[in-house]
Amino acid sequence: MLAKDIVQAIQAEPLSIWNNNLLNKDYSMAFASDLMSDALAMIQNYPESTILITGLCNSQVLRTAEMLDIEMIIFVRGKKLPEESLEIAAEMGFNIFTTEYTMYETCGILFGKGLGGIRGSHTS
Amino acid sequence: MAVILHEEFKVERNDYSNAGKISSRVKDFLKQIGVNPKTLRRIAVACYEAEINLVIHSDGGMVYMDVMDDGSIQLTFEDVGPGIPDLEKALTPGFSTASNEARNLGFGAGMGLPNIKRVSDGFDITSSPEGTTLKLSFTDRNE
Repeated sequence: MLAKDIVQAIQAEPLSIWNNNLLNKDYSMAFASDLMSDALAMIQNYPESTILITGLCNSQVLRTAEMLDIEMIIFVRGKKLPEESLEIAAEMGFNIFTTEYTMYETCGILFGKGLGGIRGSHTS
Repeated sequence: MAVILHEEFKVERNDYSNAGKISSRVKDFLKQIGVNPKTLRRIAVACYEAEINLVIHSDGGMVYMDVMDDGSIQLTFEDVGPGIPDLEKALTPGFSTASNEARNLGFGAGMGLPNIKRVSDGFDITSSPEGTTLKLSFTDRNE
């Protein structure tokens, strides 16, 4: 699913854009959690084509994404990173969005449009 | 085996605002010397989880990174206490003694040590009230 279509589907607003070209990139999977240890455990393969959806809104989300080489992060329920974290985000190289939808709604909408989960990808 | 690159970093107790910076630097170092991306990711995940553990559980400590002449990478995390009372429990997925502050950061799910063990090629931990030492090794390979 193209990043720009993901953004449109959940009516997301950009918080920090590192690379506009990535809006035309095709992402094949998403992982959603407020627990960063779960993200660190589960997103092992193909992080470059996985987006992270979370309701946790602090700099540790950025660190987690950095360790995993994730490019695109979506915050749910309209959450916004504090200004100092957004500055870090710009340096690290992420495209970050926020949507007013809840985690459940965000996942449901994107799953319904064909953006799959990462089930099993961590075991291969 | 000889060490060809050595770096060390200090971790302060409860320094939540800087948590993750050491792992970021370790990852940058190893990226620069050409470590395979998947190996690098395993190292970054283990280093970050272990660094977070030092911040949220220990009284402070050190992180040592050694690159060996055979291309393997060793990470050592040493703290000054208070130790892990029951190592077997700490290695059980889901078991956690983390504070609410740690949980607010998105950690404390009881997956730290199990995650670290899973992504490491070598894993050794010893603990007493005087401190905990975690030694990890990684083989750089085309995964």
